[in-house]
Amino acid sequence: MSNEAVAMPRKTRGPWAVAFAKLATDRAAMASLAVFLLIVFACLSAPLYAQWAGTDPFASTLDAVIQIDGADVPVMEQSTEGLGLGYTPLGPTWRLGNYFLGADSQGRDVMARMLYGGLSSLLISGAATIFTLILGTAAGLIAGYFGGVTDTVLSRLLDVLWAFPIYLLAISLSIVTIAQGISIGPIEIESGSLWLPVIIIGIVYIPYVARPIRGQVLSLRHSEFVLAAINLGVPGPRILWRDILPNITTTLIVFVPLMMALNMLTESALSFLSIGVQPPAASWGTIIQDGQALLYTRPLVALVPGLAIAVSVMALNVFGDGLRDALDPRSKVRLGRD
Amino acid sequence: MKKLLLAASAAALLAGMWLAPAQAEYLKEHRGGTIRLLARSAAGTLDPHINYTDQGWQMYQPIYDGLVAFRKAEGMDGFTIVPDLAEALPQVSNDGKTFTFKLRKGIKFSDGKDLGVKDVVASFQRIFKVSGPTSGTFYAGIVGADKCLADTKSCTLEGGVVGDEAAGTITVNLTKPDAEILYKFALPHAVVLPADTPAEDMGSKPIPSTGAYMISAFDPNKGMTVTRNPNFKQWSEEAQPDGYPDVVQYDFGLSEEAAVTAIQNSEADWMFDALPSDRLGELGTKAMDQLHISPLSAWWYAPLNNRLAPFDNEKARQAVAYAIDRNTLVKLFGGKVLASPVCQVLPPDFPGHEDYCPFTKNPGAKWSAPDLDKAKQLVEESGTKGQKVTIIVEDTAISRSIGVYLQSVLTTIGYVADVKPISSNIQFTYIQNTNNKVQMSVTQWYKDYPAASDFLNILFSCASFREGSDASINIAGFCDKDIDAKMQKALDLGVTDQKAADKLWAEIDKQVTDKAPAVGLFTPKRLDFVSKRVGNFKFNRQFNWMITQSWVQ
Repeated sequence: MSNEAVAMPRKTRGPWAVAFAKLATDRAAMASLAVFLLIVFACLSAPLYAQWAGTDPFASTLDAVIQIDGADVPVMEQSTEGLGLGYTPLGPTWRLGNYFLGADSQGRDVMARMLYGGLSSLLISGAATIFTLILGTAAGLIAGYFGGVTDTVLSRLLDVLWAFPIYLLAISLSIVTIAQGISIGPIEIESGSLWLPVIIIGIVYIPYVARPIRGQVLSLRHSEFVLAAINLGVPGPRILWRDILPNITTTLIVFVPLMMALNMLTESALSFLSIGVQPPAASWGTIIQDGQALLYTRPLVALVPGLAIAVSVMALNVFGDGLRDALDPRSKVRLGRD
Repeated sequence: MKKLLLAASAAALLAGMWLAPAQAEYLKEHRGGTIRLLARSAAGTLDPHINYTDQGWQMYQPIYDGLVAFRKAEGMDGFTIVPDLAEALPQVSNDGKTFTFKLRKGIKFSDGKDLGVKDVVASFQRIFKVSGPTSGTFYAGIVGADKCLADTKSCTLEGGVVGDEAAGTITVNLTKPDAEILYKFALPHAVVLPADTPAEDMGSKPIPSTGAYMISAFDPNKGMTVTRNPNFKQWSEEAQPDGYPDVVQYDFGLSEEAAVTAIQNSEADWMFDALPSDRLGELGTKAMDQLHISPLSAWWYAPLNNRLAPFDNEKARQAVAYAIDRNTLVKLFGGKVLASPVCQVLPPDFPGHEDYCPFTKNPGAKWSAPDLDKAKQLVEESGTKGQKVTIIVEDTAISRSIGVYLQSVLTTIGYVADVKPISSNIQFTYIQNTNNKVQMSVTQWYKDYPAASDFLNILFSCASFREGSDASINIAGFCDKDIDAKMQKALDLGVTDQKAADKLWAEIDKQVTDKAPAVGLFTPKRLDFVSKRVGNFKFNRQFNWMITQSWVQ
């Protein structure tokens, strides 16, 4: 029996399969992924929700009247007591499709805006993550592989970017571009475009990606398989693409959720300060800003997007940790012992 | 002009006699204590020749004096000019171009120095030496002002402001008659400071004053302490009355929400900033007796750039004026109690105002409802449909919500609109500069003094437009030679016949409104929230609540 067992070649799993298997056993990471995917799908349904609810989440509807249990209810209610000062937006009705989370100070359906806001926040943070990863990886690969003057110039440029406090830099860039947009040669981005926050957020986080990638490439550059390829006369770009890039892929994958969480926070902060997503478009940051003026009477308008940001960022961070554990070679050793 | 001044003097004298006994009695009973005021931030420089803010001007009233002053009285009486450091209103001669003031004797600055003719002359020179914000407009008509504007440091106003120490008189010569010059002399930019005050912005350093109070401490990040001027002896109750509290403590840095709570808990007595909109309902019900609603001579409006598409087309501008639902804007501002819809430039109860609204469902005296069909038709006729419009608003809750609403309106009538909120600190100068190519914006104008020209001439004259300047207050870039000539005629007419001039201003108001260089949105009211212990609240139409005329004990 034992001889037979020795004779049978043992089927080994590849590194990706091992990583996914490990990730699948990480309950916290999988739960976080499920929560995040739920949020993504909910946000993707924003146009459908708005159509079903018959609401325009971007237009002022201060005179709107809705029906609740057969009774007409104004979306903005004027105080009728005392001096009759001020208008209070409708509170949560807890009826899906009918001002579920109430109205904001423009009489707009907060639930519909939450979904559209989430869509903007996810799109911006996702696109900014891709932007950062592409530029950061390119900078890290070139600096780490070519070394010398190239490395010095790129590293100093990254140092300059790194020297600025992230939010200060993002706010400064946003303020400069908010009114006129960007116009550099053939590149023209209008001031209200979602691409503006994508690029700004993407730029400020480049050093976060580029520096660790450069470190990894520096070490790979002196590994035997790379030295062999160089000595065989393989061109540098080919070595970068075929030999080095695949070896840093796991790092880049781990970066995705973590960077996305950071980007989401930055986008929300910029939008809260009126220098990210521009009204009447929504993002979770702009909805918090709208809700700030209603904290006393309608606190949910600010609390719900705040909660959505917190849950999304937490889900991404926990999933990112799980992903790192799964893709980390040291974890693989632990998996083997099992 | 002379008749006007005599009538003003007589009215002021009568009112003063009537008020005197009441104030004396109340002063005995309520004098003393500290009144605590709150504001989110300081009003900028302490220098009264430079500061150009409502907050600063209000606070200067019990502190500084000019030769003349706006009467410290409630309501419209506050628009009356009365002698202050001058013994009487000036003698006018030389066809209204020369004004001779006799300076009161025995007045001292808070640092103990005597007030003299040299201080008055030096103060007029200082307006130009510190490049005061209104030196080139309000005071440009003084003889010698042109040289002072060209070379501020060596300003002497030679032949313009002449002091006679022996006679105790100051003579001001103008290049041409100016019916509004006394209003301009009564503003904080023309108060009298010690002659040795440095000719530079004094920033956070208090300058000695002649009023009932003086600034004894100031930190722009913390607050300002105003105490009684030990050298003050009341010389005119209507110009500079003695105050009730011993100390005015003005603290900066608290948010509006926190300020409301502090006043509710009697930890503070008043807040400068607007009440948070979500507290209005509650306060209007539970703290009615602590709220004071007062009319303002102000205008919320949306300038439309007359030199940029699509609003270089009159029909496009009129379309926007027809489409805007002023009731919605009033709602956004807090309701009908706090604002009234308007179409025209001049605010209600203001010289030259005659109710007029062409841009409404039933054109006539008052705005009734938006006319979207007419608006859409005008957009079609103008050939501007589908063009892109960006609205620049301040980054405040109200301004932003107005911007969002206007974006909806523009989209409805056929434009592709978006709205950009930018910091309140820069929005007002940003929208003035033509280099920024602002098509439409939302802003406000508060009167400097009660004259129609302060709205029409300043906001819509050709001279107020300056290409590429941050100080081009004609934001719309409107320039109509005929209307300009009419405004000049009204200014000249005001020197001899103010009533006829106001009639002409009413006509100009209608003509400007018809051309729609800007869209009138609403006239706001001031809502003051005071603590329970504040008594004798009096609101002056010129400088708002008279802080030291209220008592706290």
